[in-house]
Amino acid sequence: MSLSPELIYSILLCVIIFTISLAVAAYATWGERKFAAILQDRVGPSRAGPFGLLQPLADGVKMFMKEEMIPSKSNKWLFILGPSLFMLTACMVSVVIPWGGNLTIGETTFPLQITDINIGILYMFGVVSMGIYGIMIGGWASNNKYSLLGALRASSQMISYEIAMGLAIIALVMLTGSLSLKEIVAQQDAGLAFVVYQPLGFLIFIICSFAETNRAPFDLAECESELVGGYHTEYSSMKLGLFLFAEYINMFISSAVMATLYFGGYNFPFQHELADAIGLSANGLTILQTVIFFGKVIGFILLFMWVRWTLPRFRYDQLMNLGWKVLLPLAIANIFITGLVMYFLGKLD
Amino acid sequence: MPLTNRSKTVTVRELTLAERLYLPAIFKGMLITISHIFKRTPTIRYPETKREFAPVYRGQHVLKRDEDGAERCTACGLCAVACPAEAIIMESAERKKGEENLYREEKYASIYEINMLRCIFCGLCEEACPKEAIFLTDRIVPSSFTRGEEVFGKNILVEPIDQRVDVSKRQTPEVLEFKHDKKHSHNRTFKDPKPTISRGH
Repeated sequence: MSLSPELIYSILLCVIIFTISLAVAAYATWGERKFAAILQDRVGPSRAGPFGLLQPLADGVKMFMKEEMIPSKSNKWLFILGPSLFMLTACMVSVVIPWGGNLTIGETTFPLQITDINIGILYMFGVVSMGIYGIMIGGWASNNKYSLLGALRASSQMISYEIAMGLAIIALVMLTGSLSLKEIVAQQDAGLAFVVYQPLGFLIFIICSFAETNRAPFDLAECESELVGGYHTEYSSMKLGLFLFAEYINMFISSAVMATLYFGGYNFPFQHELADAIGLSANGLTILQTVIFFGKVIGFILLFMWVRWTLPRFRYDQLMNLGWKVLLPLAIANIFITGLVMYFLGKLD
Repeated sequence: MPLTNRSKTVTVRELTLAERLYLPAIFKGMLITISHIFKRTPTIRYPETKREFAPVYRGQHVLKRDEDGAERCTACGLCAVACPAEAIIMESAERKKGEENLYREEKYASIYEINMLRCIFCGLCEEACPKEAIFLTDRIVPSSFTRGEEVFGKNILVEPIDQRVDVSKRQTPEVLEFKHDKKHSHNRTFKDPKPTISRGH
């Protein structure tokens, strides 16, 4: 196979997006601590570099310097596989997310999306549900009751909330008629952002995102007061780091997904008028759009943190009640209402 | 009969729809947390900025010298007796000829150690001292890596001749008067008469 410019570009884009994911996740840990500190009238990390900006670096070094422990009664290979799989699936969703429009250099166009598969949403769901295996394998292989309980909680929680999440998306897909994320974003350029048409769907989706990423108020999988550390109780050193880090990548990715599906992706209001007014080239507009998109993503990450430092943790039965008895019927009702409205507006083909 | 008018009657009632939705309550909570962005942090970043101490703060001890630079301590042992934590030990020695500029009286402490891990900074040693030799200052006892380092000997406790430690905040005329009238002392034995004058000023 020869190295065509397209292939080189794809590899380059993969590396760039991977690096950006890691960087955003690393600084999300810093941001989380700083944000929590501000909400609690504290100072937060402030010693490592200006405003503590080198804190993620120090944390990484600390993680690597810690002793690597593998419990003697654990299954060694599965024990190592757990965090690796979790990290891998966390990074894999970013493949289908359109980070921006097209860059045109010379005659060739370079899309700022690694691959636009026409079943993007389906792919996303497939990969996200694989993330459970990382937690499940890690928790089970630890040969520890707390780990097992944490893993069980995490997996049943993720499976439960995936259903409501999927049904919320179905209402959206009914509107778009497409599973391709690029197409969904393009439709939001032509019309309004889908949060306007699907407010209930968005609410269900965001609640499920909190549950899917194991974030507060649904962080029962690592509920310290009951389960020590949950599924990562037995983990140490960088394997623990991977688990914690993957959580932040998940948060970044699900923020990106929410921005893509419901908040217009890289589009922003009056973008073409603005580009015409200040004479922005197509490439310039694309770059501006990417910056705006990252702004939206960071906004959602801040929302994740804001919720975490406000709400107390759910009890497990409350969590299951919310998932099965509230969100699932609501999501089905949402599909029904969407269908009815589309029928009466004559939008059905 | 209610003792105060602050009591509230509690009823168990069905939650309203808004309450059952939780969302208004969640937004209310989130507004409360976000409002803290505009609040000042009360944190004092220690090495850069220091907390202002009260004038009577009791920190690390100092063994004073007199005006000519001779050590005031005569190793009488009253501070060690007064110490409720038994943190002070000392050994006395006799002043040799030619050491008059070093020690104020004929007897002095050749070893004087305060275990800072035992000390509770009550200030009774200062109160017991008849020679105005030991004082607690507004200095914080520095931390250390080993327990042994926290036993402060004379090399740390005695003030250097060229860097006198100011204890004027603690040694006011009222305090001197208070110390010299043993009736006021916390440290009196049961045989002593009870204080007739009210304590303090």
